[in-house]
Amino acid sequence: MKLNENYEPVIGLEVHAQLLTKTKAFCGCPTTFGSEPNTNVCPVCLGMPGTLPVLNRNLVEFILRMGIATNCSIAPRSIFARKNYFYPDLPKGYQISQYEEPICTNGWVEIDIDDGSRKKIGITRIHMEEDAGKSIHDIEVDTLVDVNRCGVPLIEIVSEPDLRSPKEAYLYLSKIKQIVTYLGICDGNMEEGSLRCDANVSVRKKGEKKFGTKTEVKNMNSFRNVERALEYEINRQIQLIEDGGEVVQETLLWDANQNVAVPMRSKEEAHDYRYFPDPDLVPVLVDEKWIARVRADLPEYPTKRRDRFVAELGLPAYDADVLTVEKGVADYFEETLRKLSSVSGKPAKEDAKQVSNWVMTDILRVIGEQKIDIDDSPVSPNRLAGMIGLVYDGTISGKIAKEVFEEMLTSKDDPKSIVQRKGLLQVSDSGELEKVVDEVLASNQPQVEKYIGGNEKVFGFFVGEAMKVTKGKGNPKIVNEILRKKLQALKN
Amino acid sequence: MSVTVKDVEHVAALARLSFSQDEKERLTHELNEILQYMEQLNSLDTSTVEPLSHVIQLQNVFREDEIRPGVSREDALKNAPVHSEKFFKVPKVIGDR
Repeated sequence: MKLNENYEPVIGLEVHAQLLTKTKAFCGCPTTFGSEPNTNVCPVCLGMPGTLPVLNRNLVEFILRMGIATNCSIAPRSIFARKNYFYPDLPKGYQISQYEEPICTNGWVEIDIDDGSRKKIGITRIHMEEDAGKSIHDIEVDTLVDVNRCGVPLIEIVSEPDLRSPKEAYLYLSKIKQIVTYLGICDGNMEEGSLRCDANVSVRKKGEKKFGTKTEVKNMNSFRNVERALEYEINRQIQLIEDGGEVVQETLLWDANQNVAVPMRSKEEAHDYRYFPDPDLVPVLVDEKWIARVRADLPEYPTKRRDRFVAELGLPAYDADVLTVEKGVADYFEETLRKLSSVSGKPAKEDAKQVSNWVMTDILRVIGEQKIDIDDSPVSPNRLAGMIGLVYDGTISGKIAKEVFEEMLTSKDDPKSIVQRKGLLQVSDSGELEKVVDEVLASNQPQVEKYIGGNEKVFGFFVGEAMKVTKGKGNPKIVNEILRKKLQALKN
Repeated sequence: MSVTVKDVEHVAALARLSFSQDEKERLTHELNEILQYMEQLNSLDTSTVEPLSHVIQLQNVFREDEIRPGVSREDALKNAPVHSEKFFKVPKVIGDR
């Protein structure tokens, strides 16, 4: 969809990331997804009177990783607040969140925009809070409530209104996903709700300094929906202004089936949350030592890793991008490369492109087809490196390698045993290959005539035929040499 | 600062409480008395005093991220006015928060 070019959209995103802690934010109940309803519960998350929440240390550890990775200031002291509202999936009648004094403020991330440059997107704040339960409306006459998710820790990442197009919003969200998965603090799965995104959207005439009236768009539960919902809402606002109307500040829910954003009907008073400091939870103090330790333990930042792949390993930018989208894939690539270099004895730079090709085309295809995590790849980095090593030392040809790879998907054997078992050893014996070449030349007289007549293009045809006879096992280099020699002899 | 009947109605609505006209007036009066009492603080200079969020001097109380046994579903649902075998049941709610 094309947007009216006289207007500039202004977008800020609020992203909720569900943290990969073992237990809930304020009690020892497991955070397991998909458990039987109302089985991961205790008096604390059920909101029983007289219970007291105790903060999970890993919630602070995880948000510190995020804050440091996104260049935030870390507050030496932060406190929790109660956000009061009534909804059946919130047994206490309030959500524990942070309001004043959030733990991370004033950070930024960089996105790679279309013109090839990098743009800084400000992060206003990142704070800790707990998730609510789940209400199910469409099964029975009554609403059913499952409180398993109640108290599962979340971080809310609020961006500055720095995004200027749905595409930028998409890139920013992808960046956030990349960072949280790299840090190992969230699985980044939007469809399952581990990553949720709301947007604040307004438009203004190009050149105008003042922001227009904004609306909030919620319920965009996939990356595709975020872009589509934003395009829809921006166009709606522009159309409204062009028709002489005014944008009303309201909350809209994206309906992915109808492709429309529907205003949420809520009572006027619904947004009076009456925040106040939660007296049940004591302040969190973070000192320089704690920050330094978390910083030292951070994995390499994805953008840095991408740049290193280009600068040190000589990979094309495209390869580096694809390999570093997910931490698991980049780890897999580097592990394979390390194993291969230790076998080949060559500098990593010389093997990098070869490994990159296998990971990008074959490994990523397989894990995509099987819908599995790269950690569960049927071919481990060790076995992949072993197989590429066999191509290097001439044991198998590149063509046969693909066949060995397919076999490795179902067999746990090491590549060498597979090659032996299936009789795929490359034929480098020139005596044997000479016989093959003679056979090919004898049964393709017309092509031989052509070649002698000056049409050297048929050379490729002979190579192909010889490889066919050897079932792909002939060493192409030696086949080439023999062919050239024999054809030259015929010519003279 | 003074509280009006309208404020009382607003706060009551947020707390899902309903009062008779007499009660609303009594509450308005009582809330105003409380606020007036608190007004006394304004006679002091608090410009250099940090807002107090907690009265106890404790900080960084953590729990390790280890699973602890909770309660059975049967027990969890036991006190609910209405429930099914697996869920709490409430009158139909439509719409978001």
